[in-house]
Amino acid sequence: MTSTYLAAELGPVDGIAQYAWLLVALPLLGAAILLIGGRRTDRWGHLLGSATVIAAFGYGLALFFSVLGLDPEQRTREVSLFSWIPVEALKVDFGLRLDPLSVTFVLLITGVGSLIHIYSIGYMSHDENRRKFFGHLNLFVGAMLILVLGNSFVTLYLGWEGVGLASYLLISFWQHKPSAAEAAKKAFLMNRVGDIGLAVAIFLMFANLGTTQYTEVFERAGELSGGVVLAIALMLLLGACGKSGQFPLQAWLPDAMEGPTPVSALIHAATMVTAGVYLIARSNPIYDLTPDGRLVVTIIGALTLLIGCVIGCAYDDFKKVLAYSTVSQIGYMVLAVGLGPFGYALGIMHLLTHGFFKAGLFLGAGSVMHGMNDEGDIRRMGGLARKMPITFVTWGLGYLALIGFPFLSGYYSKDAIIEAAFGQEGWRGWVFGGAAVFGAALTAFYMTRLMLLVFFGEKRWENLKSADGRAYDPHESPKSMTVPMIILAFGSVFAGFLLSNGGLLSGWLAPSLGKLQVAEHGVIPHAVVPLLTVALSALGALVAWLIFGRKSVRVPVERPAASWPVRAARADLYTNALNDWLVVKPSLLLTRAFLVVDNKGVDGIVTGTATVLGGGSSVLRRTQTGFVRSYALSMLGGSVLVIAAMLVVRFA
Amino acid sequence: MLLAQVEQVQVPDLDFPAIAPILIVLGAACVSVLFEAFLPRSARWAAQFGLSVLTLVGAGAALLAYLGDAPATGVTTLAGALAVDKPALFLWATLLILGLGSVFLMADRRVEPGGAFAADAAIRPGTIQDRAQATTVMQTEVFPLALFSLGGMMVFTASNDLLTMFIALEVLSLPLYLMCGLARRRRLISQEAAVKYFLLGAFASAFFLYGLALLYGYAGSIKLSAIAAAAGGSDRSDTLLFAGIGLLVVGLLFKAAVGPFHTWSPDVYQGAPTPVTAFMGACTKVAAFGGILRVFSVAFEATSWEWRGVLWGVAIVSMLIGAILGLTQTDIKRMVAYSSVAHAGFLLIGSIALTDEGRAATLFYLLTYGFTTLSVFAVISLVRDANGEATQISSWAGLAKRSPVVAGIFTVLLLALAGIPFTSGFVGKFVVFSAALADGMAPLVVIALLASAVAAFFYLRIIVLMYMREPEEDGPTVSLPGVPTTITIALGVAVTILLGVFPSAVLDWSVVGAFVS
Repeated sequence: MTSTYLAAELGPVDGIAQYAWLLVALPLLGAAILLIGGRRTDRWGHLLGSATVIAAFGYGLALFFSVLGLDPEQRTREVSLFSWIPVEALKVDFGLRLDPLSVTFVLLITGVGSLIHIYSIGYMSHDENRRKFFGHLNLFVGAMLILVLGNSFVTLYLGWEGVGLASYLLISFWQHKPSAAEAAKKAFLMNRVGDIGLAVAIFLMFANLGTTQYTEVFERAGELSGGVVLAIALMLLLGACGKSGQFPLQAWLPDAMEGPTPVSALIHAATMVTAGVYLIARSNPIYDLTPDGRLVVTIIGALTLLIGCVIGCAYDDFKKVLAYSTVSQIGYMVLAVGLGPFGYALGIMHLLTHGFFKAGLFLGAGSVMHGMNDEGDIRRMGGLARKMPITFVTWGLGYLALIGFPFLSGYYSKDAIIEAAFGQEGWRGWVFGGAAVFGAALTAFYMTRLMLLVFFGEKRWENLKSADGRAYDPHESPKSMTVPMIILAFGSVFAGFLLSNGGLLSGWLAPSLGKLQVAEHGVIPHAVVPLLTVALSALGALVAWLIFGRKSVRVPVERPAASWPVRAARADLYTNALNDWLVVKPSLLLTRAFLVVDNKGVDGIVTGTATVLGGGSSVLRRTQTGFVRSYALSMLGGSVLVIAAMLVVRFA
Repeated sequence: MLLAQVEQVQVPDLDFPAIAPILIVLGAACVSVLFEAFLPRSARWAAQFGLSVLTLVGAGAALLAYLGDAPATGVTTLAGALAVDKPALFLWATLLILGLGSVFLMADRRVEPGGAFAADAAIRPGTIQDRAQATTVMQTEVFPLALFSLGGMMVFTASNDLLTMFIALEVLSLPLYLMCGLARRRRLISQEAAVKYFLLGAFASAFFLYGLALLYGYAGSIKLSAIAAAAGGSDRSDTLLFAGIGLLVVGLLFKAAVGPFHTWSPDVYQGAPTPVTAFMGACTKVAAFGGILRVFSVAFEATSWEWRGVLWGVAIVSMLIGAILGLTQTDIKRMVAYSSVAHAGFLLIGSIALTDEGRAATLFYLLTYGFTTLSVFAVISLVRDANGEATQISSWAGLAKRSPVVAGIFTVLLLALAGIPFTSGFVGKFVVFSAALADGMAPLVVIALLASAVAAFFYLRIIVLMYMREPEEDGPTVSLPGVPTTITIALGVAVTILLGVFPSAVLDWSVVGAFVS
């Protein structure tokens, strides 16, 4: 049992940890000031919004170092704040759980969050609603911190809904665009499906254990019957699928790219969409009990990573390719945490490195689009490397990290997952390992295609005009945008090595996730896996170059007609159509049916009753003639009836 | 032996503190008659109004003073003619405070310039003299009449034998007949109402008297306790008993305007001057149900198995008539009359429960309903056009735009009549229905709930009319009430809301225990 590695006892809360509520309070305070203060805060709103997150990051760093000074057994602590829901049997204490896992996330959220806030100062400088944007971003950071710091599933749910709200607000930030409003609605609805899963899981815990606090649930999870554990695991997975864009709820994530690019980078690449991975990793004592549940998680992860890769190969929209790349990379993480003790820490490690390089890639994409009149179609780009050297270099490093170029971040984190997948026994090793390594090849293909179409080759934009009629004039972005990209590029290069060197991260996370186990003998020898992965990735990149990169190849500006597999990928592998068929159409039919029942049936009964009563009233009214004689007669009749009834009752 | 009996009869036992409130009210009524005879016309209004208020406040004070050391089980006095017990005291207090509110309405001379009553009701409507009196000050006979009526009501709720009850019934009714005919405007319809009420009232009194005679024939006594004892164990003719109960009950149900003996009420409510309608709607209801509660509990409890089914039917008929006929009314006073028929049905449910809870619930319901009704009629008297009160429901359209305060107050009152939560009407219905459920009357409660739902429609219709329609060009205006009317409305609305939100204190008081006999 891995749970023996978990710290059973909570350490004492002292020193700096007592003020952990500041982490949540700072960004929420910023959001409150910016959103309530309104236009008065326009001039300095962006500075305040950035300052609160940077301050939270500073506190998070201090907290991190203070935790490093503790014994591993003492590193799991809970700060009790107040009794939140004290109703009868349901007692939810609002508290913060400070352990290596949550502190890691705090650093990721506030760290990347700080960089993206700074980037946004430049990116949103022309937007008259910049203050509101920062307010929403702060709201998001606060909610995300509640999500990862909460010490019970209900607190997690609060944050979960909070980030959903912030995500909705930010996707539709440019609500004047119908596509943005539509995308926000789609994200909101699909997330609801997942949220129901999470809610049901919480209900199940409360019904069976009478508590939702992590400590008690994890301690007593063993008392549950196998079926209940499986049900909780699957419902949590449904919640994770919704938030993290996993099959079958992945379709909202690419559409969510309608939001401003910093939002795509922070929320829809680095942090919020990884909440599902966090949820499963956090619930590791539950998943440890149910191999079937873990298997389903693994299958979903493997399936999603392939779907994401395949669709990513076909899209021509810069950010949507990256979005599907995110879907597929989170698929890797879910696959990893589905491997249980073999993979929890690996999933978190890939989550961290991915947070760096994908945020960097998005910021790079934003920088490109910023200089290209907000153009997102990569077929209208090309040869931008010279025009935007910093963007090119930082984006290039992120690109190399993502495809797993040796000794960059992705190489360490993704290869470890592929290795662990091959480490499974029997058919599972072959299937999951095969899917993962095939995904790596596809990733190299579509990312290289993206690289070639944007930064190399013919300058296709020279003879085109953007949608608003201006000529393209690509230029490098201001410092406030490039500096965060440079910092993230450093992360892309070094984070993987630093985290994996000597099992640094997995050791650090052991109090939260249990000790990382390494498979003794997989289906393929350990030494072969990295070679195989690198070789396949190189092959994918080579194929991409052959198709898109050679001098002789001319990339058409308009999308050419294509064979069936490409058409399928361009249509999201028909997943949207599938959703449409399975959910949207039946729901519409159902609502129409209800409408008919309501109009004809319910309203009919109501108006019918009203008609009958009104008619009866009119008829009865005629008895009220106004003549005393008829009144007296009716009284007499009533009296006769009453007396007769009395006598009948008595003598019958 | 004969001598001994004569000696015993000589001194009827008199408990003055217990009956002081009645004596004060009736005594003041006599003084009021003298005022009317000897004071100059110009001084009468102030004197009569002052006297009435003083009387009611004084009677209330006497009641409070007696309450302090009243025996817990109550006493009978006047040779057993009156029973002063906790239920009677609760009813007296209710009557006094509602009577005070009614007197305030009657005294208002600002809403209708000169007062709501004719200067000389004896002048034939439509004549030259009648037109001449339109601008003169109202007559003040209404004050002694109201005091006499109120005194009759107080005796009625405390009477311990049927003959006292009958006399009280007449004392309370005769002034009411007169008061109905005193309206300053629309005098013909007012006098028609008075005549109708008188004729039908006399008819009902005859039923009551006939029932009394049959019961005397059955039990050999008119005392409620003696009838109960006879019904409890004797082999006398049950035909006499049940025919007597039936006739007596018809007389009582008539006073309470319970369907199907309600036919007088819409015409009379519509025709009578609005302050008098308010007085009838609030106080007469309290008195009639007070009497019904006492007679049922004290005299007929032993035979409840037989008559209860019949009264189930009466309650159902009353609720349905009130709720359904209220739907198509076009005159707001008639609508409230039908609403009161429906409410009488609800009250009857509580009255036949014959448990401590049922009694407490009915008393509470009477109190809350009385206050709400008083305020409803007070508000109705404010909405006027050139011809006096605008009682056509259609002319209330868009009232909220002209006078949001009055529309808001009326909305609260209508919601209370409909029994919406956080109003006293909801609490009243709730306690009555739960008492009925506890006593095994579930089917009746279901029907009552349905009737409430139907009745809610016509209350809500008026709210919709007031808020969601555009006001008519020549629609009515809301006149500024004088101080007395303002006090009554404020008191009614305050009680309606307070008892809706914090009903517990009054609910505790209304748990009065059993009647004494």
